[in-house]
Amino acid sequence: MSASNGSTPGLYSKALFTGLWRENPTFRLMIGMCPPLAVTTAVKPALTMGLSVIFVLVCSNLVVSLMRNLLKPHLRIIMFTVTIATFVTICDLFLKAYQPRMSEILGAYVPLIIVNCIIIFRAEACASKSGPVVSILDGIGMGVGFTLALCILSAVRELLATGHIFDIQVMPKAFVPWLAMQMPVGAFVTLGLILGLINVLTRKRAASTEESEATASEPATGQLSATA
Amino acid sequence: MDRFVALLMGFLSVVLVNNFVFTKFLGTCPYLGVSGRVDRALGMGLAVTFVTALSGTLTWMVDAWVLTPLHLEITRYICYIVVIAGTVQLVEMYVRKFFPSLYEAFGIFLPLISTNCVILGICLFLDIWGTNNLLEAIVVSTGTGIGFTVAICIMAAIREELALSDVPEALRGAPITLITAGLLTLAFMGFAGMIK
Repeated sequence: MSASNGSTPGLYSKALFTGLWRENPTFRLMIGMCPPLAVTTAVKPALTMGLSVIFVLVCSNLVVSLMRNLLKPHLRIIMFTVTIATFVTICDLFLKAYQPRMSEILGAYVPLIIVNCIIIFRAEACASKSGPVVSILDGIGMGVGFTLALCILSAVRELLATGHIFDIQVMPKAFVPWLAMQMPVGAFVTLGLILGLINVLTRKRAASTEESEATASEPATGQLSATA
Repeated sequence: MDRFVALLMGFLSVVLVNNFVFTKFLGTCPYLGVSGRVDRALGMGLAVTFVTALSGTLTWMVDAWVLTPLHLEITRYICYIVVIAGTVQLVEMYVRKFFPSLYEAFGIFLPLISTNCVILGICLFLDIWGTNNLLEAIVVSTGTGIGFTVAICIMAAIREELALSDVPEALRGAPITLITAGLLTLAFMGFAGMIK
């Protein structure tokens, strides 16, 4: 309740920005992994998916936040999912009417937003505990973080699978497309390698700031692999 | 006889060829998350199979006998979700009463089954694939659950080994699991030619 009186602007920016990187749902929390793997064969469907998730996340966060005092513990999850299902239905019908091609490509993955862990997780962890403004900002932050992750992943996959992004030729004509990138294996391996890259980068940054701690932890991990 | 063969083919198709985890990425959260021990993965898989079979069949009945005749397709997703949540509640009560130790082992995962993508996935795909009789719906939704169990058990077994292997430091944990999953997918693509 106290969150909605606006006395702490730091809270708003925190709600908005944690989802972008520090708690990025795909790269950091590893939740809602189905769309990042399934719809990232090209940037366009990934972007559509991301925008749909932002819409559903913001709306459901708002509604859950408004009815947070009415929630019963044992009926919580079902109340969340019914709220989410309502907004997903709206979103699905909108896409069918105005973006029929995208709706066809995304297929069952639009209704599957209902069971996307991110949305229920945010309803549970944030919206059911804080005021509407914080919930909306949190929804936007998490949604944009998710969309960014989808776009990065789909850009890599589309580039390597077809040689162009958004129908713009990027690779030289002689580039041989990697068809495997469009198959499920491409999704898993690309995401795995990106996560590995992020690990390397964060570790490097942590090492440069805390040199002594990094050297202290190195023998420990070495020992671990030696015993293995 | 023809009908039996068709059912068998449909069953094999969802278990091996169109395995939900490997080709549709449904249920990847539990697949990558909780699968650390084979026995627990098997329990989880069986619970999911049971819920999938039950709710797949029920939603098919609701869809074919209630929603379509009354032209209420617009409320389809909400109805599906309510049916699934009810089924999960039922399974939860049953397991708590008759298998308390299993209930303890599942912990938070059991109520979260209702948000498992496999279950809503099969309800939606039954509609997309145009399943038009009850028996087919039962067989296909059971097969989907079994396919999920197979996938999660294989992954759990690999992860048991993976915990002891020397993985590059940056790839430890989630990244190597994802890459392993990718290779498994590649292996399962070998079944693709089996059924048209």
